[in-house]
Amino acid sequence: MELKERIETIVGSTGEVRIDRGNIVVEVKEPKKIIEIAKKLKAEGFDHVKSVSGVDYSDQGYFEIVYHVSSYSTPELAKAILVLKVKVPSDNPRSPSLIEIWPSVEMMERETYEMYGIIFEGHPELKRLFLPEEFEGVYPLRKSFKIKEEGIMA
Amino acid sequence: MSEEGYMLLQIGPQHPGSGHMRMLVKLDGDVIVDFIPDVGYVHRTVEKIAETKLYIQNIPLLEKPILNDSGNANLAYIIAVEKLLDVEPPPRAQYLRTIMAELSRIASHLYGIGILSILIGSSTGFMWAFGDREIFIHLMQMMSGARITYSYMVPGGVRRDLPDQFREEFRKAARYMRRRYKDYEKIIIKNPVTRARLEGVGVLSREKAIEWGTVGPNLRASGVAYDVRKVEPYAAYEDIDFEIAVREEGDCYARLLVRFQEIMESLKIIEQALEKIPNGKILAEKYEKMIQPRAKKLVEGTGRIKFPAIYVNLKPPKGEVFSRVESGKGEITVYLVSNGSPKPYRLRFVTPSFRNLLTFKNLIPGHRLADFPAIYGSLDYFPPGADR
Amino acid sequence: MILIGNMEEFLRRAAKWLIEKKPIRDVRDWGIHFSLWPVHLTTACCGVEFAAVSDPKYDAERFGVLPFVGPRQTNFILIEGTLTRKMARAARLVYEQMPEPKFVIAMGACAIDGGIFWNSYNIVRAHEILPVEVFIPGCPPRPEAVIQAVMKLQKKIKRGDYYYGVERED
Ligand code: SF4
Repeated sequence: MELKERIETIVGSTGEVRIDRGNIVVEVKEPKKIIEIAKKLKAEGFDHVKSVSGVDYSDQGYFEIVYHVSSYSTPELAKAILVLKVKVPSDNPRSPSLIEIWPSVEMMERETYEMYGIIFEGHPELKRLFLPEEFEGVYPLRKSFKIKEEGIMA
Repeated sequence: MSEEGYMLLQIGPQHPGSGHMRMLVKLDGDVIVDFIPDVGYVHRTVEKIAETKLYIQNIPLLEKPILNDSGNANLAYIIAVEKLLDVEPPPRAQYLRTIMAELSRIASHLYGIGILSILIGSSTGFMWAFGDREIFIHLMQMMSGARITYSYMVPGGVRRDLPDQFREEFRKAARYMRRRYKDYEKIIIKNPVTRARLEGVGVLSREKAIEWGTVGPNLRASGVAYDVRKVEPYAAYEDIDFEIAVREEGDCYARLLVRFQEIMESLKIIEQALEKIPNGKILAEKYEKMIQPRAKKLVEGTGRIKFPAIYVNLKPPKGEVFSRVESGKGEITVYLVSNGSPKPYRLRFVTPSFRNLLTFKNLIPGHRLADFPAIYGSLDYFPPGADR
Repeated sequence: MILIGNMEEFLRRAAKWLIEKKPIRDVRDWGIHFSLWPVHLTTACCGVEFAAVSDPKYDAERFGVLPFVGPRQTNFILIEGTLTRKMARAARLVYEQMPEPKFVIAMGACAIDGGIFWNSYNIVRAHEILPVEVFIPGCPPRPEAVIQAVMKLQKKIKRGDYYYGVERED
């Protein structure tokens, strides 16, 4: 696939590129490098972020931040979904914010901060978004935050 | 009054112009200088609860945030689950899904138009749009048996076959809606009051729309021809010939027109789908043969699926998928991570309203307070969707 | 001054006592039951169906029910589904602002016991914070059910069998 090769040259040695169910997955090795890669991707034509998600793998000692990036302005890129992944340690989750490059991440990064406590460095307004005050310092989407479950099945 | 001499105004949550959210606006005279949406009034923690429910139980759960367009919300999740399970629904089911999704889109647009009308003070618009919405709700009720929460699609197919009278009823509805459109044109679209309130208000430029990641009709009203149905055709959209409604102006009026245009386009899509729909099964072979032999007769007789027992214990293999569909309000995306257990490991559900929140926040400053309801209504913002 | 103050207090009590007396009370309750003005507070997704209640097909205005803007001019609050913690505060605030007598209907499975969101960490049961008169089951309840609930409430009011808020406690 041509696009994959193009992205491989962009990412270079800072990450790994593979194809998973039709989407191009870029695993960035170090959080610091993500800004650089994002800048180049933006120049390539990826102009907005569809979703920012955190995934809790704290049993393995890290959180994963997943950006789904795509394009509105370039029709052939619009077909592709680029999955940008970065791992941060779960005891000190910090990653640079991509708001400078893609302003569309603003609310989603804020939500990820609120739900996982991942600090996006450089985000201008990193506060709670949905939850009331009593959730200050409690991060409900972490696996360590338990809620009641139905006991039908394992 | 704040220090700089601006006035701070709180709108909502108990206010007809706010829906389920509170908004803080900073005013200089009657020009808005700053706008802070205080969301979270309907934050019901869908993503966390989804981790505690089985795959099949999440179907009704994920409809709830986008209740006025639940057909499409349902489809987004089902596509993700099917990608994980690696099943392909039979062609008839694909067509039925298309019909459902389009009916749901029409209902959602009419809802949006009704709310916009009431916000700009046109009660007629509200009554008409909501009254006509009932017709499409009736059609969906014929298909699925429920008024609002259809849960029509299940992994591998759909729950029910097309009822016999559906074609006839739909023909009537389409004829009615086309005739009705002329009335809408006269009373609402070309109404001088509507035009005065909406034209040139809340202009969203193409660049900004792209930058802020706007979705749906709001994006298309700003001149970006992006529609998931064309970009990554799902269900039966590949075989159907339709156009994307695009306008260049980017103001509230253009957004209203795009919605109307899409309603008319959806009618065409359903007509084509009803014409082309093949005969056959409505559930994938893989699950069809697991239905108990006794229940099978019932399925053949009534066209209603009795779920095979496997649905309780769907265990998709490890992996992660991403799906997107174009709903009435815009693109819904689902990011689903499975670790091989019967419950999702992580389910990220990004709704169109949540993505439009940023647009909403950035679009308001610079306008007059009196234009605020018009912009709010024209974005078709649905707070339960944004908060999840 | 004290005398006048007492006088006012006395008159107020006398008037209240008189209103609570049989024929007048009946007339008052009869009057109230025709003029239920719900406050415009949409709490969750059941609002979609509540909007349908006032559309031309179901037309709740037949029963005198039309959403109204300010809580000061309303006497009836319809909890439309889930109450999150943030919203519960707002709902309680709105309820306190309404003049007596006031009525609460809880709509939807969520308002009864959490519904599909029963194990969410951010919700509140409606009956824990408000004195609910009528519950409507369903997710979402059909508009007919909402209308039926309103009629039930009307019957209750006509019977004079409703919660009077603070005044009743003495
Ligand atoms: S009862 Fe159902 S429709 Fe109503 S608020 Fe709850 S989830 Fe939404």
